[in-house]
Amino acid sequence: MEQTLNGFQFGILLFLLAAGLTLIFGIMDLINLAHGSLYMMGAYFAATFIKWTGSFLLGAILAIPACMAFGMIVEMIALRTLYTRNHLDQVLATFGLILFFNEFVRLLWGPIGLDIPLPEVLNGSVELFLGIRYPAFRLVIIAVGILVAFLLYLLVSRTKLGMLIRAGASNRQMVGALGVNINLLYTFVFGLGAALAGLAGLMAGPIMTVEIGMGEGILIITLVVIVIGGVGSIKGAFVAALLVGLIDTVGRSFLPDILGIFFSNDVADTAAPAISSMLIYLLMALILAFKPQGLFPPRGA
Amino acid sequence: MKWSPRIIFIVILMLGLGVVPLLADYFGEPFYTVMFSRMLILSIGAVSLNLILGFGGMVSFGHAVYLGIGSYMVGIGTMHAVEDGIEWMANGFLQIALAIVFSALAGLVIGAISLRTRGVYFIMITLAFSQMLYYVAVGNEKYGGDDGLSLYMRSDFNGLIDISNDNSLYYLNFVCLLLSLYLSHRLINSRFGMLIRGAKSNEQRMRAIGFPVFRYQLVAFVIAGTICGIAGVLSANQTEFVNPSVMHWTHSGELIIMTVLGGLGTLFGPVIGAVAFLFLEEFLSGITEYWQLFFGPMLVLVVIFARGGIDGMLVGLDQWWSRNSPVKNEEVD
Repeated sequence: MEQTLNGFQFGILLFLLAAGLTLIFGIMDLINLAHGSLYMMGAYFAATFIKWTGSFLLGAILAIPACMAFGMIVEMIALRTLYTRNHLDQVLATFGLILFFNEFVRLLWGPIGLDIPLPEVLNGSVELFLGIRYPAFRLVIIAVGILVAFLLYLLVSRTKLGMLIRAGASNRQMVGALGVNINLLYTFVFGLGAALAGLAGLMAGPIMTVEIGMGEGILIITLVVIVIGGVGSIKGAFVAALLVGLIDTVGRSFLPDILGIFFSNDVADTAAPAISSMLIYLLMALILAFKPQGLFPPRGA
Repeated sequence: MKWSPRIIFIVILMLGLGVVPLLADYFGEPFYTVMFSRMLILSIGAVSLNLILGFGGMVSFGHAVYLGIGSYMVGIGTMHAVEDGIEWMANGFLQIALAIVFSALAGLVIGAISLRTRGVYFIMITLAFSQMLYYVAVGNEKYGGDDGLSLYMRSDFNGLIDISNDNSLYYLNFVCLLLSLYLSHRLINSRFGMLIRGAKSNEQRMRAIGFPVFRYQLVAFVIAGTICGIAGVLSANQTEFVNPSVMHWTHSGELIIMTVLGGLGTLFGPVIGAVAFLFLEEFLSGITEYWQLFFGPMLVLVVIFARGGIDGMLVGLDQWWSRNSPVKNEEVD
């Protein structure tokens, strides 16, 4: 039960990252490998602001717009020229950005990781039901994630801005021809993605450590998520993120026991860690073998 | 062959690579032999990647996996030879043969699944497969897991080549590089190569003409993987150390960078790129600890402004040369 919730919580974090990444890809046709760096920046901003203000909430609230602004600046300086390029160029340039950001963080904050201390309220655990206790902060992550998913849904499907985003995704020339400032729209969407990544980073900060390169491992998993979900689809990102989060977490905790039923304990203990970290990639290979466009291929693509 | 600045540059580069150990010994700086040895090995990797990336247009983001497979063949073989006394497992020929077999197998499986997809999906799925094998290596405690394996001896080539000496290993690498360049030259100018290149520029048309594009691309994918697997064998012998990070995705990214930096889809581009990449790394990290702070933005600038890489610039130089060459003007008169 606890592992299921952990998986759910990991899935929510993945969704926050994947939603931004898939929006950026769906609308700007840009593969942004530096998305993990934005997640890292979110965590570092949060750690700094929380230390500054002495309040978790205030620090967290400051970190999100900071991350958004940061993302917008990066978009305006470096990424704007890449939209019309092929994917290879984008992969390379954003890979260069990863190298840059990692060193940038090392220069500013030093090579040693930071901690984000949790306030007393969130530090304890909450009794759910039937005497099952669960860390309060992880519940907050789940709640915030679901709230954000809901708001994102409202934004994309119910507002004028969302209409522009969807229109931009299906035919950007037409939207530009109708007099919409596409550059501004793109910068905003990128900023939105950065803010979501930053939110994920600041919420992951207290659970994992805030360190250089923290964005890279999770970036790959996020890429797996958006590919499984269908690149460009937020609904796909949501379903795939939860699926991947659950399979990864539950696999890690139960696979040794499951393998132990069939093989000797020795074999199970050595094979299980390797196999459980492979599970999500196997899932992806399996899904792509049957549905090369992912679970929810965006319409018109 | 007409001499032009580009050709002259490439000839000097290759000749230069041929005499590095001699110069290094002469100046008493054997460190350079090791450094250039790494360049040669990564050049082989980049040359093999260029076959599918540059000529075939297949953006494989998991090419370092084959480096890993080759490396582990050496690491595992040597470990058993040293610890369990199974001496034949340290045999270099055997290790190369195994590296070829397993790289080809891995290429076949990865290619067969990922070539069903296109575009960004292809990039991601090759990336995912390489991460999968990375985690297999990390999780495999018997063969070092995360820490990797230290090699207590280099591969044994039946006394034919004694690579325990850095210089002879360098020349083994050099010969392998020349062979891989020759192979890729023959391959890309063959009918097979034409087909792969045709599929890059217009896959649908190739299919409409009646070629089974998938099969050809798969074969190219396997060949590229196999060559890179051999580079892995050399790499393990060079560093005398094998760990999972050889096949980490950032390493695959570096291979792509080398290829693109040198010049995609040109024969010598990957070699130029690998040499330039490691030079930059060495040079910048000598200046500042934060060398990636400069390297990252440089990469972005290269992508944005220098399309065609270094080789592309050399081609530009050639064109400028032929416009302004005094010799040619005389010919016109």
